[in-house]
Amino acid sequence: MDSSIITTTLQATIRAGTPLLFTVLGDIFTERSGVMNLGLEGLMLVGAISGFVVSYSTGNLFLAVIAAMVAGAVLGLVHAFFTVTLRINQVVSGLAITMLGTGISGLWGKGYIGVVAAQFKPLELPVLSKIPFIGPVLFSHDILVYLSYLLVPLMWFYIYKTKPGMVLRAVGESPSAADARGINVFMTRYLYTMVGGAITALGGAYLSLAYTSMWIENMTAGRGWIGIALVLFATWDPVKAMLGAYLFGGVTALGLRMQAAGTTISSHILMMLPYILTVTVLFFTSTEKIKLKVGAPAALGVPYSREEKT
Amino acid sequence: MRLRIEKRKDMPFYMNIVVPVVSIVFSLFVMGIILLIFFQRSGMSWSEAFSETFSAYGEMFSWPFGNIYGIYQTLLKMVPLAFVGLGLSFAYRMKIWNIGGEGQLYMGAFAATWGALFLFKGIENSFLMITLLLFMGALFGALWAAIPAFMKAFAKTDEIVVTLMLNYVAIFWVDYLVYGPWKDPQGYNFPLTAEFPEAAKLPTMFDGEVHAGIIMVIILAIILQYVYSRTSWGFNSAIVGDNQRAAKYAGINIGFYTIVALLVSGAIAGMGGAVQMMGIQHRLQHGFSPGYGYTAIIIAWLAKLNPIAILLVSFLFGGLLVGNEQLQMFYRLPLALIFIFQGLVLFSLLGGETIFNYRIRFVKERVVEE
Repeated sequence: MDSSIITTTLQATIRAGTPLLFTVLGDIFTERSGVMNLGLEGLMLVGAISGFVVSYSTGNLFLAVIAAMVAGAVLGLVHAFFTVTLRINQVVSGLAITMLGTGISGLWGKGYIGVVAAQFKPLELPVLSKIPFIGPVLFSHDILVYLSYLLVPLMWFYIYKTKPGMVLRAVGESPSAADARGINVFMTRYLYTMVGGAITALGGAYLSLAYTSMWIENMTAGRGWIGIALVLFATWDPVKAMLGAYLFGGVTALGLRMQAAGTTISSHILMMLPYILTVTVLFFTSTEKIKLKVGAPAALGVPYSREEKT
Repeated sequence: MRLRIEKRKDMPFYMNIVVPVVSIVFSLFVMGIILLIFFQRSGMSWSEAFSETFSAYGEMFSWPFGNIYGIYQTLLKMVPLAFVGLGLSFAYRMKIWNIGGEGQLYMGAFAATWGALFLFKGIENSFLMITLLLFMGALFGALWAAIPAFMKAFAKTDEIVVTLMLNYVAIFWVDYLVYGPWKDPQGYNFPLTAEFPEAAKLPTMFDGEVHAGIIMVIILAIILQYVYSRTSWGFNSAIVGDNQRAAKYAGINIGFYTIVALLVSGAIAGMGGAVQMMGIQHRLQHGFSPGYGYTAIIIAWLAKLNPIAILLVSFLFGGLLVGNEQLQMFYRLPLALIFIFQGLVLFSLLGGETIFNYRIRFVKERVVEE
C-alpha cells in the first residue's frame, strides 16, 4: 500500500468510528450510575431520524443536533422511569426501548426516504490540518468529530477528577452508601440515563447528518449493539472507548476497502468480523480478576430500593 | 419531594385480570394517538384520520382473532415465537440472559436446510427425515448457545453481549449461504435455497392450513411445565436463579447448571428454526424471521416464564404480527409499527403491574445530616 491509501483508510476509520464513539461515551455515563441500557440501537435510530427531520425542515444543523439530543434524553427518561422508579428489569426495559426506537424511527421516517438534507461538511482546522500525515487523518473532518475528540478528555476529567464525577461513581458502585451520604441516588440515575441517552442519540445523528445525508430505515445496522459490547471492552473508561471505537471503525473501513479492491471474500463474511472480534476480545478481557482491577460499577443492573438496601 | 414505592397488601384476586386488561387498553390508546398523527400527517383531515384509525384497529384485531383463516395464520406465527420463548424461559429461570434466540433460530434453520438438501438427501421416509432434521436444528441451536455458555462458565464473560453478537454472526452466515453457495439456480436470482424434498415437509391439518409444529410446541410446553414444577432440575434451577450463594451451599454445581441451561435453551430455539423451515418456509431465505427471537424475549417475560402462559402470550403476539401484516397491506403502514406496539404493550403491562401491585407515594424529602 502506498501512503495515500493508508491515509484515506485511517481517515475513513475515524469517520466510521465516530458514531460508535458517541454511543459508547453516552452509555458509559449511564452505566457508571448503575443503570444498564440495552436500548442503544433504539436511541441511535431516534437520534438519526429526529436530527434528519429537523435538518431537512429547517436547514439548521445546530438545531438538528439539539433535536437529536433532546429525543435521546426523552427516551432515556422513559428508561429511567421504568427501571429506576418502577424497578422493572433493566434488560427487558432496554429491549423495549430498542423496539420503541426502531418503530418510531421507521414510522416517522417513512416520509423522508430518498430526500436529502443539510449535512455537516469537513472543516479543515488551520495549522493542524497542515501537519503531514496526521493533519489529513485527524484534522480534516466535520465539527462533530472534533466535538467527540473534546468529549473524551472532558468526560475522563469529569468522571475521575471532579466531585460530581465522584458522586456518579459512588452511585454506580454502592447506592446505599451514597444514599447514606445524602446523595440522591434516584435523581443521579435519572440525570445520567438522560445525559447518556442524549449523547448516544448524537451518535445516531452523526450517521444521518454527517456520515450520509440521508435517512435509511434501520441505518444504524447494529452499531448500537456493538456499542454495548464496546462499553465492556472499554471497561467504562472514556479513553479506552476511543480506542475501541476506532478499532471497530478500522475493521469496517478495511472491510469496505477490501470490497472496493475486489476481494473474493464474500461481503457477508466480512460483515461478521466486527461481531466475532467483539466476542473474542470480551472473552480475553472478562475474567473476574480483570473486572475487579478495572472497577466495573458494582451495582450495575441492580435497581435500588431504599427499603431493601443493597 | 421523592417517589416512594410500597408493596400493597391484600390485593383482591380480580386485579389479576383487571391490570392486564387496563394495561393493554392503555397501550392501544397510545398506539391510536400515534396512528392518528401518522394518518393526519400523511395528508388526511383530522376527522378522516380518526375514522381511518378506527377502521385500521378493526382490521388489526378482527382478522387475526375473529375468523378461522386469520386464526390459522395466527397459529402459524405463534409456532416460532413459542419455540424460542420456551427455550429462553429455560435459561431465564436461572437469570441467565440469553438474548440470542434469534441467532439460535437462524442456526437451527441453517442446520435443517443443510440436512434436507445435502446430508440426508436421499431419505424418503418422512418420519425419519423429520426426526433427523429436528435433531440437526436442536444440535446447532445448542452449539450456537455453547459459545456463550462455556465463555460464561469458564471466564465469566457477560452472556448478554455474546449472545447478542452471535445473532448478527448467524444472520450474516445465512445471508452468505443464500446469496452465495446455496443460492437456488432456479430462484430468479432471489436470495433463497432450493425447495425442501417432500419428505422434509411437516404434515399439515385443518385442510393443510396449519402444520404439525403447533402440536410439537404444545407438547414441549407441557414437558417443560412438568420439568419446572415436578423435577429436581426445576427446583434447583429456580434456586440458582434466586440466590446463587444459597445454591452453592446446597451443593449445586452452578457452572454445570449454567452450561446446561444455555445448551437446552439454544436447542429448543434451534428446533424452532428447523420446524419453521419444515413447516412453512420449505427453503432457507434471507430475513425469514421478522425478529421472532427478540419478540420471544418479551413473550417469555410477560408470561413470567410459565410454559403454558408462554403459549397463550405467543398466540396473542402471533395475532399482533398477523394484524400488522394486514395493516401493511391495506393501509400502507410500515413494518416498524409492530415494534412500537410491542414496546408499548411490554412497558404498559410491566408498568401497570408495578403501579397496581405497589403504591406510589410522594413523600417529603427527609433531611440527611452530614
